[in-house]
Amino acid sequence: MTMTAMAKPEAPSGCFPRAENRCHVVSNAPMNSEYRLLVVDAPETGLSAYAGQFFHLLCPATATEQPFLRRPMSIYRIDRENGQLGFLYKVTGKGTRALASLAPGDELNATGPLGVGFSLPEGTKHVAMVARGVGLATLAPLARMARAQGAMVTAILSARAPEFLMSRDELEAAGARVIEVNDVAGNSAPQEVINRLRDIHAETPIDFMATCGSNRLLGLTRDLCSEWRIPGQVAVEAFMGCGLGMCFACVVPVRDAQGHEEMKRVCYDGPVFGVEEVTAW
Amino acid sequence: MVDLFVTIGGVHMANPIMPASGSIAEGMADLVDLGKLGAIVLKTITPDIRQGVKPPRVVEYTDATLFSIGIPSKGPDYLLNHTVPFFARFGPPVIASISADTAEDFGTLAGYITDPRIAAIEANISCPNLRAHGRAFGMDPVAAAEVIRAMKANTDLPIWAKLTPNVGDIAEIARAVEDAGADAVVTANAILGMGINAETMTPRLGNVVGGLTGPAVKPVILRMVNQCAEAVKIPVIGCGGIATGEDVVEYMLAGASAVQIGTMNFVHTAAMEQSIAWVTDYCTRKNIARVAELTGALKLPVDQNSEQRGAVAL
Ligand SMILES: Cc1cc2nc3c(=O)[nH]c(=O)nc-3n(C[C@H](O)[C@H](O)[C@H](O)COP(=O)(O)O)c2cc1C
Repeated sequence: MTMTAMAKPEAPSGCFPRAENRCHVVSNAPMNSEYRLLVVDAPETGLSAYAGQFFHLLCPATATEQPFLRRPMSIYRIDRENGQLGFLYKVTGKGTRALASLAPGDELNATGPLGVGFSLPEGTKHVAMVARGVGLATLAPLARMARAQGAMVTAILSARAPEFLMSRDELEAAGARVIEVNDVAGNSAPQEVINRLRDIHAETPIDFMATCGSNRLLGLTRDLCSEWRIPGQVAVEAFMGCGLGMCFACVVPVRDAQGHEEMKRVCYDGPVFGVEEVTAW
Repeated sequence: MVDLFVTIGGVHMANPIMPASGSIAEGMADLVDLGKLGAIVLKTITPDIRQGVKPPRVVEYTDATLFSIGIPSKGPDYLLNHTVPFFARFGPPVIASISADTAEDFGTLAGYITDPRIAAIEANISCPNLRAHGRAFGMDPVAAAEVIRAMKANTDLPIWAKLTPNVGDIAEIARAVEDAGADAVVTANAILGMGINAETMTPRLGNVVGGLTGPAVKPVILRMVNQCAEAVKIPVIGCGGIATGEDVVEYMLAGASAVQIGTMNFVHTAAMEQSIAWVTDYCTRKNIARVAELTGALKLPVDQNSEQRGAVAL
């Protein structure tokens, strides 16, 4: 198939809020033994992304594979000054293996920005973020967004071992205070993280929480949000068909305030939901 | 100037290209000028409100997908109050799609949604007939005809019968729905398939069985379109595996009067617009004044009759 070669020219900005952005790869380097950072030059529509949104990436054909569907990738860096977008990813399957083959100068067709991202209530003073694994990527732009709104940011980053920790620099550059925990040090268990958060809350009250990448972290975030009566949001990840709310493949059960459950699309109704809305994923 | 106009079962279309049911939703309007499409076919609704089947709902293959969604539906009032107004403002005729558990329910629903903003109703007869132990209406010529008759009795809108490819003789079903009064047939819905994960020893789909769609199915459905076109006088709408304008032309040569693009919209939102442009260029290049001239223009070997094509010695 040769569809890539004739991808749609970008829609005039202001006319269509989303587009098949024809981006160009600036770099695609490994960050550690697990993660790679893909940086691309992006057109204006792509740069209109905000924290928690994602792009649906057309994975290039390699000598052995041609992933048919696009792959959703949350946005890790929105650098409007330099006209660049960054995606932090872990090579886990066919799609991400294909992405890893991209070289500087190659074209990347990225549909987006897609989905509903984070929304920080006005007047938020202290955001606490807890994330694990690749979930960290999703929260980095939220730190910038929160700082820009005048909030203080504390980020607890969790990983299997210290060498797998990612995004510390990115988060610190965004103005976040970063706390690292890991399984080897034995300080990443939910109870430990909860105790940490309680101490932080006692010091400077937390009035918004965000999480991504772990069911256990979602659980503890939900509990603390309800105890402290503060809003919290989670970015949900799912395998997707279309990324645009059309195919209904990426649904998760979402509960409203009355306890009524409905299957909602991660790509279109999310990927960011209230922590109290999402049961499990 | 190429004349792209086609009239399909009572519906006038600016060009022969439209989305397949279930392949677009409101989100498509954020990227694509829906005003350029020949028609806008909506996702199937049922009389009741449904959540769809258990995830996982999609498996990826080479140039194909296996989906099992289960028709999540917000019912007819939501269709009339939200979906139809949303899509009607773009201009192209809006085609509703319905499904139900019994032929009578198909009829009642067709009557209920009859509305001047809807140009035709597609009958998705690939769903289980609860009166026939869940066998799809479209797998049985009698049940398929009953659905169409029930709809015709309740509405004056044109009815397009969307056939299932999961039959031995699709021409027989096409003839049955034509006799029952269908204004067009859509050939076809998805091919039943199954996926298994060897490592976990479990099915890959929550619903175990799903529908195979995407470019890989094109040769199968192209053959079925050709069989339907030879069997009936009403227009045949080709649907299955169309990705490019070249695919559109192939379907029209095989006998289709118009086409629907499904899965490809998920991968390339520009697929429909690009196909319209490609077909226009093709007609210009071939000196074809009207796109409708392509329908059935396939040059077949003169020494082979169509009966012979029905059974190939493999
Ligand atoms: C995710 C998905 C949802 C679909 N939903 C419907 C539907 O609601 N009603 C229907 O008649 N067909 C539905 N179909 C079938 C398509 O309309 C079409 O017949 C089929 O996908 C073959 O075309 P394609 O190969 O271009 O995708 C659906 C297909 C997919 C992949």
